[in-house]
Amino acid sequence: MENSSSQKNRVITDKVVESISRVEELAYELKIDQVMTHDPQTIAPDVVMEDVLEIFRKALISGAPVVSGDALVGILSMEDLIHCLRKNDLRAPVSEYMTKKVITVKNSEQVIEALKFFVNTKLGRLPVVDIDGKLVGILTKGDVTRGLLKALQQDYQTEELIRYRASHLFEDIESDRTSLILRYDIKAGDFVKGGTASSHIKRALLRLGASPQIARRVGIAIYEAEMNLIIHTTRGGVIRIEIEPHQILMDAYDDGPGIPDVNLAMKPGYSTATEEIRELGFGAGMGLVNISRCVDQMKLESVVDKGTRLKMKIFLNEENTVGEATP
Amino acid sequence: MNVDELRKIVNGKLLTPNSDLSREVKGGCGADLMSDVLASIQPEAVLLTGLCNPQVIRTAQMADVAAVVLVRGKIPPQETIDLAIQERIPVITSPYGMFELCGRLHRAGMPSLEMPVDIDPSAKA
Repeated sequence: MENSSSQKNRVITDKVVESISRVEELAYELKIDQVMTHDPQTIAPDVVMEDVLEIFRKALISGAPVVSGDALVGILSMEDLIHCLRKNDLRAPVSEYMTKKVITVKNSEQVIEALKFFVNTKLGRLPVVDIDGKLVGILTKGDVTRGLLKALQQDYQTEELIRYRASHLFEDIESDRTSLILRYDIKAGDFVKGGTASSHIKRALLRLGASPQIARRVGIAIYEAEMNLIIHTTRGGVIRIEIEPHQILMDAYDDGPGIPDVNLAMKPGYSTATEEIRELGFGAGMGLVNISRCVDQMKLESVVDKGTRLKMKIFLNEENTVGEATP
Repeated sequence: MNVDELRKIVNGKLLTPNSDLSREVKGGCGADLMSDVLASIQPEAVLLTGLCNPQVIRTAQMADVAAVVLVRGKIPPQETIDLAIQERIPVITSPYGMFELCGRLHRAGMPSLEMPVDIDPSAKA
């Protein structure tokens, strides 16, 4: 069983800690239709209050929409029932005690819309109507809580499953040397998209079971390389990552314009970036220096008018392998 | 210190509604050049910056930044806010300037998470 506990420890859960804020996100993602109670218990307006007592008790509910034919005409809650009991008027019809001004929500709306009503009013339940105004369900605070918890659990399980599968990727594949290659095309001048490839690479490594430290080192090195391709190349370039259990090879290459003096380019603070690029927060002349700090090996080759190739390597020790649960 | 306490100290406004306000912030780092940030920042820091483009969020993501505070009441473009929401990085805008912000946070007991720059570039971090 020692094996299974060490496998458990390998699953990285940094994202899981953030699931608290995910609740708010889910309130925007989930539709009311997904969390409401469908086909709710309804009552007719001419039913006497005494019978409502029995309906509530049997269905274990504390309120119900009042429907006449197909139309929603009111809502009756436990409070209305108590009001009626105090007046000792149980023979009266529902229509006399129900709340006639009903606030409804649409089944196609987001859960957040219902939450706004729950927070700002004292309402405990909201009838849910479809686009034609027909009653299709009822929504209580309990429905919302249950719906959110269920979605959260699903979220969590999906990411856990992706991570678990990815972190064992290499185990069942037999070869003398197995590796996973990721390629990204980087467009020149596409500043807004800059960092998308790095972001994907960092996430992939975490899913493969890399330690946060390794993922961070790779992320920073690749991000600097990606920004260099965007800022300095004529026609963009390619980032290629080769992941093996014990090492990560990173390659960034382009076809021009090339670097005239590689040694000078490596000097901290040296940069050929324009004022415009500097205003965007880049061109400090620290990119290649940063890369060399993050990786174990680095090689920069460049030929003017031909292109530049930056090769980087990070070695993973026994405890930090990727794609294998057992080193 | 958590993100909510940080927001109060900098008298700031949260721009990313989905943020986890209980997230721990271990220290601070202030810079406007993203390579400077990447060179010096340690994980779980708040990044104080005057820069508002999406690269601030990408940089924050790569460097495991816990929160971003924009100085002098800057409001970033929507694409920056969208990216921050997507990557779940809290972004706060504060009316104060960089010096005032560093001072306030330092006084509140927040340590620096800027590594002093290694003058020998061949040495490994």
